Amino acid sequence: MAKVVNRIEPDFARQAYVVEAIKGVGLVTRQFARNIFGRKDTPTVQYPEERKPYAARFRGRHRLMRRDDGQVRCVACMLCATACPANCIGIVAAEHGNPDIEKYPTRFEIDLLKCIYCGFCEEACPCDAIRLDSGIHSVPSMTRRDQKAGVLNLMAIGAPSIATQGGEFKSESHGGGH
Amino acid sequence: MHITGNLLLDTILLAVFKMVGFMFVFVMGLATVLTWVERKYSAVVQNRIGPNRANVGTLRLGGLFHMIADPIKMLTKEDFTPDTPNPILFRLAPVLALIPAMLVFVVIPFGPGDNFQISSVNAGILFIFGIASLNVYGAVLGAWASNNKWSLMGGLRISAQMISYEVAIGLSLCGIFMIYGAVDLQEIVVGQSTLLSWGIFLQPVSFILYLTCAIAENKRAPFDVAEAESELTAGYWTEYSAMGFAVLALSEFIEVVMIGCLGTTLFLGGWQIPGVHGTSPGIIALQIGAFIVKTLILVWLQLTIRWTLPRFRYDQVMRLGWRIMLPLALANLVVTGVVLAIVDRL
Repeated sequence: MAKVVNRIEPDFARQAYVVEAIKGVGLVTRQFARNIFGRKDTPTVQYPEERKPYAARFRGRHRLMRRDDGQVRCVACMLCATACPANCIGIVAAEHGNPDIEKYPTRFEIDLLKCIYCGFCEEACPCDAIRLDSGIHSVPSMTRRDQKAGVLNLMAIGAPSIATQGGEFKSESHGGGH
Repeated sequence: MHITGNLLLDTILLAVFKMVGFMFVFVMGLATVLTWVERKYSAVVQNRIGPNRANVGTLRLGGLFHMIADPIKMLTKEDFTPDTPNPILFRLAPVLALIPAMLVFVVIPFGPGDNFQISSVNAGILFIFGIASLNVYGAVLGAWASNNKWSLMGGLRISAQMISYEVAIGLSLCGIFMIYGAVDLQEIVVGQSTLLSWGIFLQPVSFILYLTCAIAENKRAPFDVAEAESELTAGYWTEYSAMGFAVLALSEFIEVVMIGCLGTTLFLGGWQIPGVHGTSPGIIALQIGAFIVKTLILVWLQLTIRWTLPRFRYDQVMRLGWRIMLPLALANLVVTGVVLAIVDRL
């Protein structure tokens, strides 16, 4: 059904305009007084000084989590690189001295220009090694090269994780991540 | 001979003092502040924040320094001259718009007696009409010399609009002359010594006509068909940049102040405060203060109207001018005449 529009028929009082104009001036003045003295209707946020908090699930800059002894939690299993739809994660693995850990990344690089911040890597990770919860918005840089975040860079904003390395499944044999 | 020389010097010094005090400090100062006030006021009315970034060190004052920052920017920008056969007219137009706007203040009495009026011309209001109608030259010549079709369209609209509303504004004020029996502005103010003898109470229709026509003369919204951003880019000042643009914009704000001053003088009792009479310096200072406050009220009213009403279409502007304003002004004149004749008989 068509929407019924209730039009106001212009009668003489409206067309004379003077009363309506005075009403309009009153309305504008009321709004002015309200924005100055009363509750402000201004929705503007003065950005660099004022910031709105991001939602808790906001996906920002990646970070690599650490073990208790400060080493990277990542075991270079390549699940994140496989899950990544943008193909932005580059991992070079090496053998770890500790046979329980087996592998670790010598190079863990995310091309932030390619990354679409979908969070699939975070979901794929079995070790709670990569997270997108830093809350840092994408950082500008002067060169493309600076947009490649390496392992140290990513760990600098990382934090010790208390999750069990490798998930519940291996908790009895390892227990390394407490 | 020596004494006459001193008198002449005193007269000149006094005139210069009055001109500097009234025209340059009050009028120009208010017009400059208005460039910021209009932006800020419209912002607050529309739930925006408006200009607030200009600062001196950490001092911001809500962006008040924009009124200094803007002229500095205007002065340092490229002053572009379009490819036009009339570059001299193009440069002359902003001056022709500014000078009549400033000159009108010469006859406005801002306090009691000759000391508070730059020049006491007994033709008063006729002088104002004569000078104010020169305003149209600035806009039209600027539009013509811009060699731009949008400018030309704006110029044509201006000339038609200003001439139409000049007729109505002149007739709307005739009622005031009849009641106070004078065209000298100081005499009109003296005639408004009590509250009920103010022009706005004796001639309410005339006040509404005056305000409407004056805003139309000044080409501000809702009568800004000459600029009409959505149709003509910026109308007659499309091609102006840097200081030429600033002068055109400033002359518009000076006219806002002019409409406020003239409206105060004719309708709000000028410098008169009802019930306060005397010649002591304190009372005179109060009266000058009253004049300034009344002017500010009318300036505020103009700003509010400008941000309240939508723009009229060009044909509506013309119809309003010729078919409503003019007959209303004439009817007002007839009624005023009849009432005056009856009051005279009684």
